[in-house]
Amino acid sequence: MLAAGLAGGQPPLSTLDTSGEDARAIAGVFWWMASGAAVVWLIAVGVLLYCLAGHRRIARTQARRIVVAGGVVTPLVLLAVLVGTVLPGVSRLVDGAPPPAAFVVRVAGERWWWRVSYPLSDGRRVDLANELYLPLGRTTHLELSSDNVIHSFWIPSLAGKVDMVPGRTTHLTLEPTRAAAVRGVCAEYCGASHARMAFDAFVVEAAEFDRWLQAESRQAASPESAAARDGAAVFAASGCGACHTVRGTGAAGTIGPDLTHVGRRRRLAAATLSNDDDQREHWLERPDAVKPGALMPGFAALGAPRLTALSAYLRELR
Amino acid sequence: MTPPGALDRPHEPDMREDAATLDTRRAQEARLAAAWRVPTGWRYWSAVNNTVVGQWYIALTLMFFAFGGVLALAMRLQLAVPENTLLAAEHYNQIFTVHGSVMMFLFAIPIFEAVSIAFLPAMIGARELPFPRLSAFGFWAFAIGGLFLCGSLAFDAAPKGGWFMYPPLTSGYQPDIGADIWLLGFSFIEVAAIAAAVELIVGVLRSRPPGMRIDLMPLYAWYVLVAAVMVLFAFPPLIAGTMLLELERALGWPFFDPRGGGDPLLWQHLFWIFGHPEVYIVFLPSVALVAMIVPTAARQPIVGYTWVVLSAIGTGFLSFGLWVHHMFTTGLPGLTLAIFSAASAAVAVPTTVQFVCFAATLLTGRPARSVPMLFIAGGIATFVIGGLTGVMVAMAPFDLQAHDTFFVVAHLHTVLIGGTVFPLLAGLYYYYPLIGGKGLSDRLGRWSFWLSFVGFNLTFMPMHVLGLLGMPRRVFTYSAGLGWETLNLVATAGAFILAAGIAVAAWDVVRPKRRAPLLPRNPWQAGTIEWLPPQPNPSWGMRMIPAIASRYPLWDQPSLVRDYDEGRGFLPDAEEGRREMLVTSTVDAAPQQCLRIGGPTFLTLWAAVAVGSMFVFATFKRYELAALSTAVSLVLVLTWLWTGTGAIPEKATKHVGFGVELPLYLRGRDAVGWWAMCITMLAVLTAFLSIVFGYFFYWTLDADFVPGAARAQGGGALAAAGGAVGLAWALTLGARHWNAADRGRAFYASVLAGAAIGAGAVATLSWALAASALDPTASVYAATVWLLVAWCAVHVGLGVVMQVYCAARRFAGRMTAGHDIDISNTALFWHFAAATVGITMAVLVGFPAVS
Repeated sequence: MLAAGLAGGQPPLSTLDTSGEDARAIAGVFWWMASGAAVVWLIAVGVLLYCLAGHRRIARTQARRIVVAGGVVTPLVLLAVLVGTVLPGVSRLVDGAPPPAAFVVRVAGERWWWRVSYPLSDGRRVDLANELYLPLGRTTHLELSSDNVIHSFWIPSLAGKVDMVPGRTTHLTLEPTRAAAVRGVCAEYCGASHARMAFDAFVVEAAEFDRWLQAESRQAASPESAAARDGAAVFAASGCGACHTVRGTGAAGTIGPDLTHVGRRRRLAAATLSNDDDQREHWLERPDAVKPGALMPGFAALGAPRLTALSAYLRELR
Repeated sequence: MTPPGALDRPHEPDMREDAATLDTRRAQEARLAAAWRVPTGWRYWSAVNNTVVGQWYIALTLMFFAFGGVLALAMRLQLAVPENTLLAAEHYNQIFTVHGSVMMFLFAIPIFEAVSIAFLPAMIGARELPFPRLSAFGFWAFAIGGLFLCGSLAFDAAPKGGWFMYPPLTSGYQPDIGADIWLLGFSFIEVAAIAAAVELIVGVLRSRPPGMRIDLMPLYAWYVLVAAVMVLFAFPPLIAGTMLLELERALGWPFFDPRGGGDPLLWQHLFWIFGHPEVYIVFLPSVALVAMIVPTAARQPIVGYTWVVLSAIGTGFLSFGLWVHHMFTTGLPGLTLAIFSAASAAVAVPTTVQFVCFAATLLTGRPARSVPMLFIAGGIATFVIGGLTGVMVAMAPFDLQAHDTFFVVAHLHTVLIGGTVFPLLAGLYYYYPLIGGKGLSDRLGRWSFWLSFVGFNLTFMPMHVLGLLGMPRRVFTYSAGLGWETLNLVATAGAFILAAGIAVAAWDVVRPKRRAPLLPRNPWQAGTIEWLPPQPNPSWGMRMIPAIASRYPLWDQPSLVRDYDEGRGFLPDAEEGRREMLVTSTVDAAPQQCLRIGGPTFLTLWAAVAVGSMFVFATFKRYELAALSTAVSLVLVLTWLWTGTGAIPEKATKHVGFGVELPLYLRGRDAVGWWAMCITMLAVLTAFLSIVFGYFFYWTLDADFVPGAARAQGGGALAAAGGAVGLAWALTLGARHWNAADRGRAFYASVLAGAAIGAGAVATLSWALAASALDPTASVYAATVWLLVAWCAVHVGLGVVMQVYCAARRFAGRMTAGHDIDISNTALFWHFAAATVGITMAVLVGFPAVS
């Protein structure tokens, strides 16, 4: 069944199809334990069926010896082997202190999206949302937090999950092993749209990563098409800037995701919709229909032409 | 199989001398039937007989199980295909919350208490449990609380925080009433669960038949004892946690809000200190059923009785040290994770011991095939999978991936269905003949098993894979293209097959059986004495209380059946028309007392309604009505105690058979009431200590948790109150002494002075809070101080009520020098009050001074 489930290509959230050091180590532990468990189960059920069949009666003294050997000694030995093999690896997975040169990316859980902040070489930081790029061959250190409810940050193919607990800062170190486009999700139930809180994660070559960060750190592009210029005006007039930042314009809100380069993102609404015109307009019109309980109000009242213009503006924020 | 040192009785009974003639036997039976009669008509609902209340309890828990199952089907329908719009997110979130909560709090835990109330007395040869009215009260509380919770779903007002209700989601982000319904509704049900636990502990320890030493009692009694003790220590941390969370929601005391210095993780600790033992509270009593059925099937005594008992106790102990494995992803250090991982894995050892004992028992016999054994075999095969995946998720590295995914959903259902539901179905098929003497159908039983077994595997095996493919739990829908579609569809189909299997068993139970033949007595040829009475059994429970000399008396004591039928045992009569049972000593089961217990009453129902109203009104923030309900509850409970407990018998002793003369009234530490009080107070103290745990938890987070200014403040008032409580306690002890010495004036002076000083202490504590500069909404330190001090005030206030009650009892002639249960229980209560106040002083005044 496992094989059947895994046969359909490479599921982007699989814990077993790994692209990171931690996930690789854990998948190894999983296969090891699962095989052992399968053997133990087969033996246990075989013994049970044999006992039920009543082929042979044994004496009570012999039965008591079976209790000691099978009930006490065997599990103690098996568990000692398991604990001795698996647990020494725990510390490496969770205690990873940031090495001096590690690059510290901050991720904060919001309802229901991810606020991401990358350090730049000049010491400034650049705010992004709902996408994570990771340079291959480098270690990325994440600082995780939340100022609202508890979320849990999880990219299954890279590493185990770590909770984002209000009032605390938690940490996760990622060591990608291969270039990949994978997904992350919120693993801790966080309210109405918990199911709609995902993100895309891209492991790319270091040079490509540097180019990407360079591009992300730039101010927003000026709208080129006429529709986009109209959209920029709609954006300003509708008060979008109260919640969203578009660097280089007057919009400097921090309640919602930064939109400076939203046009470059693969997906919208915390990786729930694809970033095309139809879905973008649908989102602007009724965010609540996509993400129940979303804090962003709907803008259906703007009417179709202005929504199309607004959507064009967002598309050109590349 | 007769163990060494068989029944040790002072006077060997002479069977011929005691043998009753047929006529006197008929007369005895008529008197017994009258005393134990279950009321008819609308008064039926005032019954307190354990068999009747137990059946109500079982029926209601099974209805809640069915309700939870229907909710599960709704969830599976929603998840059958990606982007399904059958259920809106908010409805789905309510449904999974109610499903989990109902299955845990309204099915899994209460079913063990229900089955035990119904059958435990028969298994230990008792006519009743010592506090039948408490069982009835517990049942009504459970019924009211359960219906309140389930009903909320119909009004779209159900809780939606998940069954473990993590703040801050449930404190600051769900302002609607659902979370309050969860917090207060379950607090009420937890009170009922603790009431049942007290009843079962005292029942197992003090109402066994003469000769049934503690190492002869049926394994079921051992398991129930362990589970009930676990309830006693596991539920209070949750009750304390719910109190903190409700105080944060209703009054803004920031226990879990980091802005006020609180921490959401404290809830997780308190919840899982409850939540992990809870898993074993659910599991152990079901294993207990297996431990009763397997020897019957093998026709052989259990192999490794001592091993099984020690394993059950060991599991209980270990389960209190594992809770952190639910918190592996919260950012704890690796060493902590490794320690709790190893401890969690260790629990597999006692579990294995028990199953190997069962297997070895089967090997010593030629197991008969039966529907109960089919369910047990399927249950074990399933449970072993759950146990193995349990060891896997116990290993922190794998848990970092598996936590909060469908892998865990699959694991916990495999454990609970394999380890609890299948054994319960086995128990249903096995014990059904004890209710009326007719059996369930073998054919339907086999259908039920195979449908359930196949459906179960189709539902939950794919979920393991879904978890590995990254599907988080508690998602109302999912996108296509993640490799989850087929597996989810299969799981949904499986869920309906599983439901069909359960439905077949349900039909087997409710289908009319008028034409079905009565089964022969002891249809499974079991060795334990619940099979001794012929069925259908009159409402007296046991015709007489047998003397026991073996773990399997029906196999080893050949004259037992005849003696039973001829009434040759203890208490074969109800000469005074009263309900009577034997109280025996804890270890040796030597007869100590002929205990008279309460008969039918509506007081228990009204008391449950009043206490329930208190919680319901508090949920709707109608605090004035809640206060009124509290007052009514107090009046009803006092009426119940006044009329129904500690009655002075018309004679000192009574002949209970075989020349044994037993007292009708026991004083001091031998009284079952003293035991119940002591056990209850241990639970109360545990809840209090959970709050103290919170205090030190905050202190470990922030060494400046105690503000410098607070160190000096209010210490004087607290010390004064502490001194007053000490004095009131001493006066209570004095009152107990003078009452026993029959010095009435000294007694009244002492007990009333104690009450006055106690009231003064309550006033001082209240004043100290009101006058202090501590604002409980501003900081978690202030909130904790308020709660600890208020806890002391309420505790001492109840102590004052009890002191006044004792004075009134003596004044009314219901308490005398030789009949002093009331004052000795009050003194016991005051020991705990003094300890609580002392600990509070040490924490609030002493600790800041030394730290």
